[in-house]
Amino acid sequence: MLARRFLRRHAGVAAAAFLLLLVLLAALAPLVAPQDPYDLGQVWIMENERPPLSRSDDGRRLFLLGTDGAGRDMASAILYGLRISLAIGIGSALVALLLGIVVGLAAAYYGGRIDAALMRIVDVQLSLPTILVALVLLAVLGQGVDKTLMALVLVQWATFARNVRGAAMVERGKDYIEAAVGQGLPAWRIMLRHVLPNCWAPLIVTTTNQMASAITLEATMSFLGIGLPQTEPSLGLLISNGFDYVLAHQYWISVFPGVALVLLVVSVSVIGDQLRIVLNPKLDA
Amino acid sequence: MFDMLARRALQSALVVLVMSVLAFAGIHLVGDPVYLLVPPDAPQAEIARATRQMGLDLPLHQQYGRFLWNAVHGDLGNSFIFNRPALALIFERMPATLELAVFALLLSAAIGIPFGMWSGMHPGSAVQKIAMGFSILGVSVPVFWLGLILIMLFSVSLGWLPSGGRGPTTSLFGIEVSFLGWDGLRFMLLPACTLALHNIALVMRITEASTREVAGQEYVRFARAKGVGPLRLVWRHIAPNVMIPVVTVLGLEFAHLIAFSLVTETIFAWPGMGKLIIDSLLQLDRPVVVAYLMVVLLLYVLINFVVDVLYLLLDPRLRARSA
Repeated sequence: MLARRFLRRHAGVAAAAFLLLLVLLAALAPLVAPQDPYDLGQVWIMENERPPLSRSDDGRRLFLLGTDGAGRDMASAILYGLRISLAIGIGSALVALLLGIVVGLAAAYYGGRIDAALMRIVDVQLSLPTILVALVLLAVLGQGVDKTLMALVLVQWATFARNVRGAAMVERGKDYIEAAVGQGLPAWRIMLRHVLPNCWAPLIVTTTNQMASAITLEATMSFLGIGLPQTEPSLGLLISNGFDYVLAHQYWISVFPGVALVLLVVSVSVIGDQLRIVLNPKLDA
Repeated sequence: MFDMLARRALQSALVVLVMSVLAFAGIHLVGDPVYLLVPPDAPQAEIARATRQMGLDLPLHQQYGRFLWNAVHGDLGNSFIFNRPALALIFERMPATLELAVFALLLSAAIGIPFGMWSGMHPGSAVQKIAMGFSILGVSVPVFWLGLILIMLFSVSLGWLPSGGRGPTTSLFGIEVSFLGWDGLRFMLLPACTLALHNIALVMRITEASTREVAGQEYVRFARAKGVGPLRLVWRHIAPNVMIPVVTVLGLEFAHLIAFSLVTETIFAWPGMGKLIIDSLLQLDRPVVVAYLMVVLLLYVLINFVVDVLYLLLDPRLRARSA
């Protein structure tokens, strides 16, 4: 039923279709990209800084979006970068979701002191500015995909925990949960099979929003030079690499990865927005 | 009301303490700053002397204790690179960052609130669709890319505005500010607009949602039936209730602006606190990093606290409830 209501909203459907296309392109990048930009055998330094729609020296390849300072085809680099940005953004959001669910459910179910203690930790975490926490964490942990993932998860879990706990608290007070407790069902079963399925509506919206902000945060960190190493270039790193070329009017090295990033984040945000409208009957006019 | 405030004050103090531990412990793990003062091939005695001098040979909790004691007395250590008090370095650069943040905040209020209110009161109109579309873009575009585009457009292609740096400043009450002269303002426009875009979009969305909720209420309909003119309706009846969440968001976003200015300052080479911390982080200048974290956190906590008080003052229902 939710799916049917969502399908009626054109903006949401368009965004979802576009996101699916991006995910497909990213997943199939090795097959779809005209060139593997990180295979040194396929890259010619003499073909560097070519503008968009120019041809390679042997005339066989078309550089749709131009080449960067090392001769890599921008379109291919963007596809590979999309892969990493998507993987890290979605991956970190999902892991943070899991962590948040565990903490939130535990806090809501057990209540009392456990709830107070857990929520105090969540409050402290949420009152710290995310970018500073991410910055310090990454400076401490160093560069690397796993460390970036860890830092992003640590920054995001608190939002999920608070949301889950709020929704679970509402469900906790209802009669059917009391009945389940009275029946003697084990705690984990009540939490997972009875409380959680009824909490997922606001959770979905939060997840999409967090995914969007995770992708942006990772790009920002990569742009500043911390986070992902040079060997795993995400879109943020591509943009930062192209920064110096802007003043030389070679805009394509930085602008096109940026456009890809913006389109990615916009589509995720629009999906989240449309889901929010669909789930709240008051807004769905 | 006061017990709620006291509880918030206590919680804020706790947050500051926790962050001080985390900042100290975290930064301690980042490299060994001894090698900033002595070359790596110096004799062992020299390295030992430098270590003792910087207090790095003490156990961690003792270093933290010293740090806390000094902090409470206003001494957050000397920068390893500049050999000046870290706090002084930060305060020197704070006006630049605050200038950007305040300008961005004013921009977001001046643009976001009117458009948001209009969109909220005329749902489905062209203005609303454009404003909401713009706001989704605004929250999605990463700050650094926007800065890039603006530099490309206004500095490289059109040549209207400078692409970096601060430019000439004038002295106001002893503090160097940029906005008083057109020369200085030119340098501030691009970074401030970059910083503000995200905020404008956010304020627009919140204002629109809030206005839509308020405008649909009974008392507004009654006022309109009574014959209250549109201007007075907005000014005296709708706006005060719309402002409650909007003001709190603006306040919270101000803190967010200060924290986020570090990206903008890096792009535009704006000599503020943010650029200082990025440089210090990469150069392992620990005292400056720790001092910056503490200052920003203190600002954050202070602003949150002020926003809470403001919220209590603005919404009489909360006052009545807690009385």
